[in-house]
Amino acid sequence: MSATERAGSVYPVTRDEGAAAEAILAVIVDNEPGALARVVGLISARGYNIESLTVAETDALKHTSRITIVTRGTPAKIEQIKAQLGRIVPVRRVLDVTKEAECIKRELALVKVVNGGDQRLESMRLADIFRARVVDTTHASFVFEVTGAREKINTFIDLMTPLGLKEVSRTGLLSIRRGMETD
Amino acid sequence: MTRESMSGAREASFLTRPKGAAPQDEGISPEAKKDFILRSPAQQGVTKDAPQEPCAEKAATRTGAEILLDALEEQGVEVIFGYPGGAVLPIYDALYKRDTIRHIMVRHEQGAAHAAEGYARSTGKVGVLLVTSGPGATNAVTGLTDALLDSIPLVCITGQVARPLIGTDAFQECDTVGITRSCTKHNYLVASAHTLATVVHEAFHLARNGRPGPIVIDIPKDVQFEKALYTARADARKRNCVVTPPVDRAKIEQAVDLMRRARRPILYTGGGVINAGPKASEALRALTAETNFPLTSTLMGLGAYPASGANWLGMLGMHGSLEANSAMHDCDLMIAIGSRFDDRITGRLDAFSPQSRKIHVDIDPSSINKNVRVDIGVVGDAGAVTEALLAEWRRRNAAAPHDAARLDAWWKQIGRWRSRKSFAYRNSDRAIKPQYAIERLYALTRGRDVFVTTEVGQHQMWAAQHFHFNEPNRWMTSGGLGTMGYGLPAALGAQAAHPDALVIDIAGDASVQMTMQEMSTAAQHKLPVKVFILNNAYLGMVRQWQELLHGGRYSHSYSDSLPDFVKLAEAYGCVGLRAETPAELDDRIAEMIAVKRPVLFDCVVTREENVFPMIPSGAAHNEMLFANHVVTGGETDERGRVLV
Repeated sequence: MSATERAGSVYPVTRDEGAAAEAILAVIVDNEPGALARVVGLISARGYNIESLTVAETDALKHTSRITIVTRGTPAKIEQIKAQLGRIVPVRRVLDVTKEAECIKRELALVKVVNGGDQRLESMRLADIFRARVVDTTHASFVFEVTGAREKINTFIDLMTPLGLKEVSRTGLLSIRRGMETD
Repeated sequence: MTRESMSGAREASFLTRPKGAAPQDEGISPEAKKDFILRSPAQQGVTKDAPQEPCAEKAATRTGAEILLDALEEQGVEVIFGYPGGAVLPIYDALYKRDTIRHIMVRHEQGAAHAAEGYARSTGKVGVLLVTSGPGATNAVTGLTDALLDSIPLVCITGQVARPLIGTDAFQECDTVGITRSCTKHNYLVASAHTLATVVHEAFHLARNGRPGPIVIDIPKDVQFEKALYTARADARKRNCVVTPPVDRAKIEQAVDLMRRARRPILYTGGGVINAGPKASEALRALTAETNFPLTSTLMGLGAYPASGANWLGMLGMHGSLEANSAMHDCDLMIAIGSRFDDRITGRLDAFSPQSRKIHVDIDPSSINKNVRVDIGVVGDAGAVTEALLAEWRRRNAAAPHDAARLDAWWKQIGRWRSRKSFAYRNSDRAIKPQYAIERLYALTRGRDVFVTTEVGQHQMWAAQHFHFNEPNRWMTSGGLGTMGYGLPAALGAQAAHPDALVIDIAGDASVQMTMQEMSTAAQHKLPVKVFILNNAYLGMVRQWQELLHGGRYSHSYSDSLPDFVKLAEAYGCVGLRAETPAELDDRIAEMIAVKRPVLFDCVVTREENVFPMIPSGAAHNEMLFANHVVTGGETDERGRVLV
């Protein structure tokens, strides 16, 4: 009974599912019309939330794309998402990046600040610390390009906020294994 | 399956592969999938400008419509259920010129899909339907979804407006691939006639391999006219997306360990065993006989193990038998084969079989641990895994015989549950009880080659409880989606595949009206199906739930102004029969069986009969209601009401 109330469902799952955690899934798909729609549609149709999504063709010879999805869920739910994704016909493989310890993760952001005087100098200094590059400038603005782990980019954006931050454009997450092994 | 293969011993007939059935494509190993490289169109030899090998007689360029029919022929398609329209006229024109494929024109595209399902389920082959763009495609959606939930192999060909018109809101245009993406296993919008044959071959491969399901091929009208070269099945790209891994030996050994130690085991089988073909049913029967484990089945799995078998406990679930549900609740080992722990089976999950270890065999990895956490999950074909279990069981028994006495107490307990006779009902000599009508229908059709379809509702449950199946592929019902109107068109499909068999649609007065127009199809194509309507003038199952859950407030569940089914049958050029008393029932049924034309049988039954036993929504397996139950209105609490 108590389990029922907790789960808010009349068919409660009583097993201990563990805490919800972030999961990063890399989905290798045949690059064909509708492949992305199938992957995204499956996740949204089953009520899971996508926190970020990155997709591009990664192998022109094999016509495959890599879709990197960041989502949240209990371990059981993530396993279910992986199994469901595996059923989609154009999906070749589903990689659970979260489970790969030796893995590089990167995001990229373009950050526009409009400022002048001390603020302009300060934003330059901070950009230097974060190894952000200036990719566009006017007398009153900068566009910085910053790459790195999500936390780094979040911190950079936080720091730029009082310095005239106007606009942010950022990618989802990319990942690749360290060392000689490939996915 | 032809008449010849049916005429032998019944037991033997189901073991033989249906005549003319296309061989199953072999499963592909995960390694093959990993290394698979998609061949470019040039490598496939289908590019317009690429030089072609002129070896085959089909090497001449042909229109897309002809290529489609060539591919269907090569896939062994004998019957198409369809409905013509503007965007498929070139295909119909090509069909006109050849007599290799029988076309059955339905009266609504939903009927075409269900008929194809009936054909597929009664033969084990892929069912094919052909519909036009726009409304043709949207009308087929219900049938496609039905096939997806019940894992039925279908290939649905839809017409589409010409390529230059796509996206312009053209006449009878709809986003078919968008609409059907979530109700098919896969779908295609064919980009050019050069890839059409390859797409068709891949579609059949996908439909029948792995967990079967419906595939849509959307073909623009100008592609149907476009000239291209045919690609033979052997040369076609076959994407290795259907991965059936080899049976995991270690898991089989663990499973047999548990089986040998079990004191209260149960086999819980489902539609996956039927889908895995006659060999799977054969293996299941052998396993059950040698282990002496009790066996229950889902609605979808009836017939895989014979209802006359000694170990049969009857169907389980919401309206299943006391012995099946109690055994599921109290068992210490559950072996689920080709069943998916549907909510109508499990009831309340937190009270579902609390003391058991669970082994789950399923071809779909996503089914394992989806609803119920299991101890051993084996991904594989139900037949192959059952055979592996049987082989391992024998191997271990040869070393150290299994102690059969371990199960004695369990069988005694099952005997006590059986003696409760949970399917019993109070009969009447004045009015026809629906259960009695099914019992008589069953008794009077013995010794015949019978296929049964149903609609959805009370009659469906009574049919499952009181009509018994000893062979697979004889029982076709909409299990997952619960589609009213399924039975009549599905019966047409089964009859088209088995022209001389007795095909009966056990129907309700409400359901049958959803696809009643298909009587016209039956008359035109000389498909002598028997529609046996249990007429209680109610939406019976809705009424039952309103009685049990909503204080007997029968909101809009009474069918006023029912048609006169006898006159309606005559209007369609069919035969109408009516039985109103138990005394005349047998004669009328005999008459129905004897008539070689389609029949609407109006069986007037008691109006307010309920289907029992019943596990109320939100209750556990050991909290059943029985036929002598006095309705209090408090059967289901707030939580349970949400589930209905």
